[in-house]
Amino acid sequence: MANETGIGAAVKRKEDARFITGAGRYTDDIGAHGQTYAVFARSPYARARLNGLDLAAAQATEGVVAVFTGADLQADGIGDLPCGWTVHSKDGEPMVVPAHPPIAVDKVNYVGEPYAVVIGESLEAAKNGAEALEADFEELPAVVDLASAASADQIHENVPNNQTYDWELGDKAATDAAFAEAHHISTLEIVNNRLIPNAIEPRAALGEYDAASGLYTLHTTSQNPHLERLVLAAFVQIAPEARLRVISPDVGGGFGSKIFVYAEETAVIWAAGKLRRPVKWRAERSESFLADAHGRDHVTKAQLALAEDGTFLGLRVKTLANMGAYLSTFASSVPTYLYGTLMAGQYKTPAIYVEVQSLFTNTAPVDAYRGAGRPEATYVVERIVETAAREMGIDPAELRRRNFIAPSDFPYETPVALTYDTGDYEASLAKALEHADYAGFGARKAASEAAGKKRGIGFSCYIEACGLAPSQVAISLGAGVGLFEVGEVRVDVTGSVTVVTGSHSHGQSHETTFAQIISDRLGVPFENVTVLHGDTGRSDYALGTYGSRSLAVGGSALIKATDKIIAKGKKIAAHMLEAEEEKVDFADGTFTVADSNQSLTFPEVAFAAYVPANYPLEELEPGLSEKAFYDPPNFTYPAGAHICEVEIDPATGVVDITSFVAVDDFGHVVNPMIVEGQVHGGLAQGIGQALLEHGVYDETGQLVSGSYMDYTMPRADDLPSFTVDTTVTPCTHNPLGVKGCGEAGAIGSTAAVMNAVTNALGVASVPMPATPETVWRAAQSA
Amino acid sequence: MEQTGEYTVPASRERVWEALNDPEVLERCVEGCRSMTVTGEGEFEAVVAAKVGPVKATFTAAIELHDVVAPESYRLQVGVKGGAAGFAKGSAAVQLAECSGDETRLTYHIEGSIGGKLAQIGSRLVQAAARKMAASFFERFAVDIGRSQGV
Repeated sequence: MANETGIGAAVKRKEDARFITGAGRYTDDIGAHGQTYAVFARSPYARARLNGLDLAAAQATEGVVAVFTGADLQADGIGDLPCGWTVHSKDGEPMVVPAHPPIAVDKVNYVGEPYAVVIGESLEAAKNGAEALEADFEELPAVVDLASAASADQIHENVPNNQTYDWELGDKAATDAAFAEAHHISTLEIVNNRLIPNAIEPRAALGEYDAASGLYTLHTTSQNPHLERLVLAAFVQIAPEARLRVISPDVGGGFGSKIFVYAEETAVIWAAGKLRRPVKWRAERSESFLADAHGRDHVTKAQLALAEDGTFLGLRVKTLANMGAYLSTFASSVPTYLYGTLMAGQYKTPAIYVEVQSLFTNTAPVDAYRGAGRPEATYVVERIVETAAREMGIDPAELRRRNFIAPSDFPYETPVALTYDTGDYEASLAKALEHADYAGFGARKAASEAAGKKRGIGFSCYIEACGLAPSQVAISLGAGVGLFEVGEVRVDVTGSVTVVTGSHSHGQSHETTFAQIISDRLGVPFENVTVLHGDTGRSDYALGTYGSRSLAVGGSALIKATDKIIAKGKKIAAHMLEAEEEKVDFADGTFTVADSNQSLTFPEVAFAAYVPANYPLEELEPGLSEKAFYDPPNFTYPAGAHICEVEIDPATGVVDITSFVAVDDFGHVVNPMIVEGQVHGGLAQGIGQALLEHGVYDETGQLVSGSYMDYTMPRADDLPSFTVDTTVTPCTHNPLGVKGCGEAGAIGSTAAVMNAVTNALGVASVPMPATPETVWRAAQSA
Repeated sequence: MEQTGEYTVPASRERVWEALNDPEVLERCVEGCRSMTVTGEGEFEAVVAAKVGPVKATFTAAIELHDVVAPESYRLQVGVKGGAAGFAKGSAAVQLAECSGDETRLTYHIEGSIGGKLAQIGSRLVQAAARKMAASFFERFAVDIGRSQGV
């Protein structure tokens, strides 16, 4: 039994029956008696003063229940939306934080920023009311271009130069010294294009207030309902945590964009209390484009110093990071502690210095998006390594090999504050080269050339740090929350198991993976394990799902709880079997007394715990339910080698990915099918960034890629059939030896694609996305 | 956004100039025009129902005449508000030249920008929509003024 459904088995997903049959229960599927509907009036201007707002016509619109403005929220003591990570500048000063009222009060700073919310008896009524609002905007010049934002108009009164912080990491003097000795210096200027997340389910919220008990209940599309509750209680001041329950039911994708606490659910839960009626909101796709936090958006100059034999001596990186108009919930940490810290990559670069200036512009806020900082870092490192290889005439695989951190070097302390626990980069690269038939590339290139096509190959040997850890280090660096996770294993009276995890699943398959772990450890049939999540009323304070942490952190908490269950079960079994506790073993669902034929099944022990007839009540509490908090001692460091091969038609500029190989080291794998699915999705998003996706604002700050007419999501026919494989170096510091797999595909793939495209064209650089037009132009100038 | 266009209208320059300054003629000739009101010296307000791709709304346009050189040229300063549909603003330089016979060549050059939903969804479509509106206007205008001969 355990083998078929336990750790390592490609068990089919428990969730799929309801998802495939349309029986999932998402926020918008949930209704409340007497519910009203919210529609947000959004700024059509990128930057404007709101000189007046005439509500009369909206209020008089048939079916409109109420119209609320930012001033109404402020008058009720509703606070700003906070940023949860205080980054400090080079001079030691904390970042400068602009006010961020949920609903704009007297100025708007990006197209789509809400300036009023209309509540109607029906959605139609609320929309009609929003149409009838008369806002008197005085348009101001918008700050849109990131490269010049520091010298442009000041957006926020308290933020000079539009700069929230100017951060550094690494040893500047040592890096300068390394460059002084360099035989060769490679320089690369790159733009990491802005992405718009596009989860399949738009954000939604249903706020309810029970006047009898004073309890608020918010159903919403959050990746971490406890964080939502904490922010709404402690910062926004809706109600104390104990009177606020946040439930994230089925959620259709997040990719980071649903970590954050947004204006809409804040207004909805507040309005529900104000009106004493349920309030429902669901974003239209157009609103998602405008008002979900965007991703990436960096301008970077990087330099790599090398010795004559190609040994890396030093790396210098200077990045401008776009924050958008306000600091979203974790925006400040993404281009700093999730970016600068990754600049060593898989290499023994001895000296690294990273500077990041994060600036405001009149665009939608930018925050974590699948990979969050690590894709941007990988793009810098792997593009410049490839550039250096070409400039020095060294095979790009060989140059990487010469600089890899060797298996014997672990644990390896990088010059940018991380300590990698384990890895074998050479093994992943070797396997990837074999899958990609690197030896045969020359012949394939010649064949393409004969057919008038250009063929290229590109590598990306990425490292990523996920399962953000440990709490005390992160808090000392400015994090406002801990980084542990909670898990509860409730053994039921008859021996089935109900698991409550603080991790949230919005596509990651926790209901399956976590059930496999429990089934494996307790010997309980897989189908008798139910995994519950996403409800502050059900689980202890938890941190939820982001940064590929669920299995490494949430799974580890469950293992700890399971260990407690087994320890208690042994005590109960020892009492029942009249044996010494030390002599009781537990394996495959059976408690056995060593050197005897006495045993009890797991359900027998569970039953005894709840019907304590033969039970040591004076020494042991009844029941068999245990909870554990797990604080990870370190990040996990998945790593791998991605190799992309492309063929380009120079006449059309169309890039055809002829093969894509991803060999990843995720440590031990619980469900290889689910891991492969995660890799596929990540690759699609990474390739989407390289070739298709681009969030574009025009010079006046209008989002011109605000629909699927202009924003290109990857489709099946844009992608090849992936070759996915793994190598295994188990994580050394968590009980399952696992590393995160959720973001690796998006982290590694983008650089591999662009290295292949530039290799094919024989040019140093092509901007992303490498659309046919961009590639065609590059091909003409090559 | 920028757009340039040219039409030949089968009427004298004086007649064309007069018609272009007549709110009643304009109201008849602008497709979807609900009203065209004189709001002051050289100022009009137009209410027009228009559709740009999937964005359909009733737009209110405030129009001011500048640099008027009768009967040769003027510049229209236009601010269009469409509520939730967004906004447009810009100017149109209009010139009238006498041609052979009893014809007038009208050229226009529009410079403008759009915002809100119009830009988000309609940015690719707005050029075509503007050209279509202009073509429709001059077709009606030519009929209105006499005989039609749009180029």
